[in-house]
Amino acid sequence: MALMASSRHEVGTKSYPVLIYVLTPLLALGLQSFLSLHFTSFALIDLPLLVTIYYAISKREPISATVVGAAIGIAQDALTHHPLGIFGISKAVIGYTAASLGVRVDTEHQGTRFLVTFAFTLEQTGVLYLLERHMLGQPYAWHWVQELGKAFLNATVGVILFALLDLSRRRE
Amino acid sequence: MESFFSRYRNALVLIAVLLAQVIGLAVQVRRPGQTAGDKGGVRLIRAWVVGAVSPPERLLHATGLGLRGVWTNYLDLIHIRQQNKNLQAQIDQLRLEEASLSEDARQGKRLQALLGFQQKYIYKTVAAQVIGTAGTEQSHVLFIDKGSKDGIAPDMPVITPDGIVGKTRDVFDYTSQVLEISDATSGAGVILQQTRIQGVLRGNSWGQPELVNISPDDRIKAGEPVVTSGGDSIYPRGLAVGTLDRVVPEPDGTLVNVLVKPAADLSRLEEVLVITSTGSEMPSQMQQDLTDAQQKASDILAERLPSRADPNAPPVAASANGAAGTTGTPAPNTNIGPPPLPARPPAPIHVDHFSPSTVPPAEDLVPGQKLSNSAIEGAGGPAGGSTGPKRNAERATTSGSGSQAGTASEPNQKKPPSNAKGTAPPPSAGPHPAVPHKPAQQNPPQSATPPSTTPPSTTQQGTAQQGNPPQGRG
Repeated sequence: MALMASSRHEVGTKSYPVLIYVLTPLLALGLQSFLSLHFTSFALIDLPLLVTIYYAISKREPISATVVGAAIGIAQDALTHHPLGIFGISKAVIGYTAASLGVRVDTEHQGTRFLVTFAFTLEQTGVLYLLERHMLGQPYAWHWVQELGKAFLNATVGVILFALLDLSRRRE
Repeated sequence: MESFFSRYRNALVLIAVLLAQVIGLAVQVRRPGQTAGDKGGVRLIRAWVVGAVSPPERLLHATGLGLRGVWTNYLDLIHIRQQNKNLQAQIDQLRLEEASLSEDARQGKRLQALLGFQQKYIYKTVAAQVIGTAGTEQSHVLFIDKGSKDGIAPDMPVITPDGIVGKTRDVFDYTSQVLEISDATSGAGVILQQTRIQGVLRGNSWGQPELVNISPDDRIKAGEPVVTSGGDSIYPRGLAVGTLDRVVPEPDGTLVNVLVKPAADLSRLEEVLVITSTGSEMPSQMQQDLTDAQQKASDILAERLPSRADPNAPPVAASANGAAGTTGTPAPNTNIGPPPLPARPPAPIHVDHFSPSTVPPAEDLVPGQKLSNSAIEGAGGPAGGSTGPKRNAERATTSGSGSQAGTASEPNQKKPPSNAKGTAPPPSAGPHPAVPHKPAQQNPPQSATPPSTTPPSTTQQGTAQQGNPPQGRG
């Protein structure tokens, strides 16, 4: 199967400069906050989620992906008025799942990236729904068409963003 | 045991991270009634993240403002003169309206004082730029570039000239978080302006403000304005909130939710005002503005008088008691200027009919008989004393303070009195001396003050065609 990892090269971990690990999540948070102000529809895109998915499927280390996802999620929570941990939990789950999946599939393939991002966007929405609605008792709007559209949009942006982030990869 | 941890290390780390965050969530969730705001480590984390994210946002925002300023201030100046002229005319119009409304405002203030109502006036505001959002659909918050160093504190109302935006929530040194009225966790006391139905405004799960748990009422119609009620002790009373969009019944059918279209465009906010200080007394600046508005309104009215608009017009003032009054037909309108605005002096039109000593003794009154001026004057009343028959007569007559003969387009001008049947006065009658005349240019006395003893002006006319029916209290 073309999408499955078939060689040692495909399942090998990628390394990045340390500065990239720090700057990319901050840049994603800042752009998310700034662009949503001027383009309301930009709130449909979740740049921190895309960054979490990218590093999870690139590093393929579930522990580090879990910790990085939790850290990015908590930082995203800090910009909202919600308690810290809503996005932290969801992105920790996403990071762990994406890293576990990254070992088994070929994440260099654009089609794989699209499908993975599409699925993880839906997964995050499901986790958020559970947390907000059933754990915190807050209203949460769920509309299948909108959620599918949001997942498609994030997957499309993710493919482009992942290609850009590939440029920052350290050469072996 | 060691093999268990090494084998399930990844899953155990995930469980540990999730468990720690769930415990953290449980600690942060407040019970109803607890005050908002974070404490300790949570606030520290928020401050770190906001401190890391907001400087680049400020930089980007300032750059955008600079580029836009160059375009709007130096390049895109076409039609600016015409726009300035239109705005000046609008200012004149608003000054007239403000002068007319100032008396109502003062009267409302007196009544509120009588009722012990604490009206909140806006003393001080701080202008702020919106530099960012939360970036998620679930959290309708904004970040502004003013913080505690600028006098901002939590739970301060944030508004625009169009309407309310929300209230401040977390306040940092140079940045503040604003919770919009469209958020599901917000709350504002509002009232429907026409039906006077009160309710609590909060955002629904789709991010649109709504009044929740309202009793169904047929009078609730789309388009009705919604304003703040002042009952939440945060937003001052009377600020625009939006207009009623539609009514959505709740699933059980007993109550309805009223969707509101916000007056302020919450999706395109750039500059907002934070109300940092309110008080129960009208600010001195506002009082000064009202006084200035009245004076300037008088000037504007004087400028728009026909005699001022047409310098070549014959001096009609001298013949005011003559031709027009005797013939009962208006003089030709020589005004070639703009149509005169309603000459509404900011004064109570009717005199005090209820003060003692302005009315003849009851034994002197004859049912159905019209009082003569001498009778009123003999009773000690300077003018305006009114008995029952007199009031009936006044209902059928009109009283005016017209400025020119034939300026029948001024609706609120007083007409000269006539008899009780409402017929035109005899030609020689002229203006009734008992009806006080208050020039429009003068500031009015309070409604409770004795009536003016100013004699009728020579510009008063006796045209029965003028004006509207009397607006008397009778």
